[in-house]
Amino acid sequence: MKIIILGAGQVGASVAENLVSEANDITLVDTSEEYLGALRERLEIRTVCGNGASPRVLREAGADDADLLIAVTQSDQTNLCACRIAKALFNLPTRIARLRSTDYVDHPELLDDDNFAVDFSICPEQVVTDYIKRLIAFPEALQVLEFADGVVSLIGVRAFEGGPLVGHPLKALRFHLPNVEVRIAAIYRNGEPIMPEGDTIILPGDEVFCLAATVHIRQVMRELRRSDRPMRRIMIAGGGNIGFRLAQSIEENHHVKILELNRTRAEMLASHLSNALVLRGDSTDEKLLETEGIDETDLFVALTNDEEDNIMSASLAKRMGARRTLALINRKSYVDLVQGGPIDIAISPAHTSIGTLLAHVRRGDVVAVHSLRRGAAEALEIIAHGSSKDSKVVGRPIEQIALPRGASIGAVVRDEKNEEGRVVRREVIIPHHDTVIREDDHVIVFCTNKKLVQKVEKLFQVGFHFL
Amino acid sequence: MSSDARARAYYPALNALGLIIMIFGLLMGFPLVVSAVLGDGATLAYDQGLFVTFVAGLLLWAATRSKRRDLRVHDGFLLVAATWVVLPLFGALPLLAYIPDLGFTDAYFEAVSGLTATGATVLTGLEHLPISINLWRTFMHWVGGMGVIVLVVAILPLLGIGGRQLYKAEVPTPMKDSSLTPRIAETAKGLWLTYVLLTIACGFSLWWAGLAPWDAVIHAFSVAGLGGFSNRDASLGHFDSVGVELVTAGFALLAGLNYATHYLALVRRSSAPYRRDPEIPFYFGVLALSTLMLTAYLLAQGIFTDFGEALRYVAFHVVSISTSLGLATHDYTLWPMFAQIWILFLGSFVACSGSTGGGIKMMRAMILYKQVIREIVRSLHPNAVRPVRMGRNPVPEHILHAVLGFSFMYMVSIVSLTLVLSAAGLELVTAFSAVVACLNNTGPGLGLVGPASNYQGLDDLHKWVLCFAMILGRLEIFTFLVVLTPTFWRR
Repeated sequence: MKIIILGAGQVGASVAENLVSEANDITLVDTSEEYLGALRERLEIRTVCGNGASPRVLREAGADDADLLIAVTQSDQTNLCACRIAKALFNLPTRIARLRSTDYVDHPELLDDDNFAVDFSICPEQVVTDYIKRLIAFPEALQVLEFADGVVSLIGVRAFEGGPLVGHPLKALRFHLPNVEVRIAAIYRNGEPIMPEGDTIILPGDEVFCLAATVHIRQVMRELRRSDRPMRRIMIAGGGNIGFRLAQSIEENHHVKILELNRTRAEMLASHLSNALVLRGDSTDEKLLETEGIDETDLFVALTNDEEDNIMSASLAKRMGARRTLALINRKSYVDLVQGGPIDIAISPAHTSIGTLLAHVRRGDVVAVHSLRRGAAEALEIIAHGSSKDSKVVGRPIEQIALPRGASIGAVVRDEKNEEGRVVRREVIIPHHDTVIREDDHVIVFCTNKKLVQKVEKLFQVGFHFL
Repeated sequence: MSSDARARAYYPALNALGLIIMIFGLLMGFPLVVSAVLGDGATLAYDQGLFVTFVAGLLLWAATRSKRRDLRVHDGFLLVAATWVVLPLFGALPLLAYIPDLGFTDAYFEAVSGLTATGATVLTGLEHLPISINLWRTFMHWVGGMGVIVLVVAILPLLGIGGRQLYKAEVPTPMKDSSLTPRIAETAKGLWLTYVLLTIACGFSLWWAGLAPWDAVIHAFSVAGLGGFSNRDASLGHFDSVGVELVTAGFALLAGLNYATHYLALVRRSSAPYRRDPEIPFYFGVLALSTLMLTAYLLAQGIFTDFGEALRYVAFHVVSISTSLGLATHDYTLWPMFAQIWILFLGSFVACSGSTGGGIKMMRAMILYKQVIREIVRSLHPNAVRPVRMGRNPVPEHILHAVLGFSFMYMVSIVSLTLVLSAAGLELVTAFSAVVACLNNTGPGLGLVGPASNYQGLDDLHKWVLCFAMILGRLEIFTFLVVLTPTFWRR
């Protein structure tokens, strides 16, 4: 596939990085030769330096025969304009734009083919904000991912001494929670994956990933560790885009303090937030943290643009008594260095937000792709199409599906429709070896290795040679 | 600079003042026509008044027209202050002409009280005055309530670029720069149109509630301008009608809201502007709580025995005094001092900004309150950034400072004028309440100047001090104070 990516910032770079491994022709466009040069060194891509909203630059980037445009520059206006040009001049088939301002999102009619011609819009900041919000709702979890519009959740929990199931084999789960269907999708012990079997014993410190209907998630979590107190007092370091969105969405129900160094930005935050307390100051200033009662804080979230600052301030907060710390960290090497130590959860904005974007890029009917453990593993939500004649999946029991080794089907969401074809109920099935996949089922597949993703996608494609 | 050239620097303002005086003279045509039609014997008073006023304005205008230019900031302040000092002189003419034994001080006091929509009177035997004289008294309320200058800005575009400056100097709101329409003349027209409609509705409602037609007209002017003159010595209590009191209180409540909000609601035909006005919940909240509290208090004190009766009198006076209307139905100086002070205190802040009411205005009170909260938060969290907000919008720092300065000057005015009155021989309750009632443009005070009596018994000196207080209050202190500073005259 020929792909043009506009913007070589954090988002653009990680999109390129993810797609390049899947054998695509990628052209990256940015106004900064500096960014482009660095990426050209690392990845096998073509780069064009120039303004992505200019027809000449787009033509130079190969818009004439490209299949996909991903406009992820910092500027909404550039992205919108580029999509419109790609449609009008080059008739480029699929156009994805990053839109940060909710102003545009509130008017979906602006994005249709007569106007800005955006097929899909994404807002990475919003995705990261939602992700952090889920972590606040489930304070015990390391990772919370949702599938099928939130019907099914995948959570990662660190098992703790004292959790009812800890020290017991997995099959005991059935006796502990007789009414709850749950699938332990993976266990990571000391960073290494273990394929869960019925008699695998969960040890304290294991990272356990389990898949269940969202309504059952709390019960499952309680088996693995004692529940924590809910998060009430939250301190956010950095009032940037994500910090502001987060503060805005949780200030109603939580006691929020937000630290911001820049005076103008702090004043802007203060005028838009009604309950949160805006504090002007450096998040690594221990005097300030002390005055603001860091030792009584339930959660410290470091969300500045500077990952070193985030690591330092979150570590400091932890040492000064914050119950739980969360930091935005992009570099994988840093994450491995600090997660589980002074920082409880490291969030990689690129990995978190890229799933929604990649879902649009991937073939078949991939609804969602989520990275687990920062890209080590992936979970996919795919819609099964076709019939037993032309599909390798539909109409077959699970044991007959030729899944590659390391991939497993974790859950199936089946829509129950009435006579008019309206969805009346969404059923969550935790499948067994004899469960038969039907057409239009949402299948959630868990891959312990990213390389398996392509094989799984291929498996779900409707093949005409079956006819 | 020669003294002649110095004087000429004031010509543009004086020229505009001449125009305003002429227009004011023409306004006397209204009672003149009424008087002629009714044949109430006061026609001559208006003939003379109109003639003198118009000619005086014309002469001033003609003498200063050599140096016309757009009005500057200085001219604006001078013009507004001069207008409010000079117009009562002419407003007093019909009263002087008709009531021969009325002294000049009393006539001027009555006219100031009329134009500033205060409603403090020195006249008795109001029932025996011709309709047109009483009409002129409350018509002055009505004209002054929305503002003479705003009226002139609305009808005379020739004031030119200075219009916004004048409008800012007269309109009673801390948010001086907000206007409804891009052109200030349109804003002024919109406000006046809304005002006229509300007055007409009020007049018809009063008539429907049982007042005689002329009583209804006279009181409609009084209520819409939140003045307080009546054509009866016993004020509204003369009619002793629950219906009339309800209509009066209802329209006083409406007049105490921001006219800009009324205008927007009218133009957009929607109630959204009311829901979005941040002052409204506080306005009604304070009034409702005060009514309930005072009703319970007066019942407990045994002033009233019947709940319905207590509610009727308390609710009416709470609304009437706190919106700065000042009509009364009952002698509330018989209540315990706490209740009296409370309603007087309400009068100093309840009316909304941009209404025809007086006092520091609800918006300033809210800003002050939020500023206090902010200081408390700041002392607990030294790094906190916390704007003072009105509704959703942060209040700019310079407005905040202006509000703090204004409130300080408001208190200084009350204290110093009270001291002046008591030095001049008034006992403290009367002195204090008279100053508060005049500065807030409410009208009746407590003690000697309570609702059962009036300002007639005061000395001339007291009356002049109170005239000063009324104009000071109407122009929200600074506009008037600016002109009194040496800096203003040292060009």
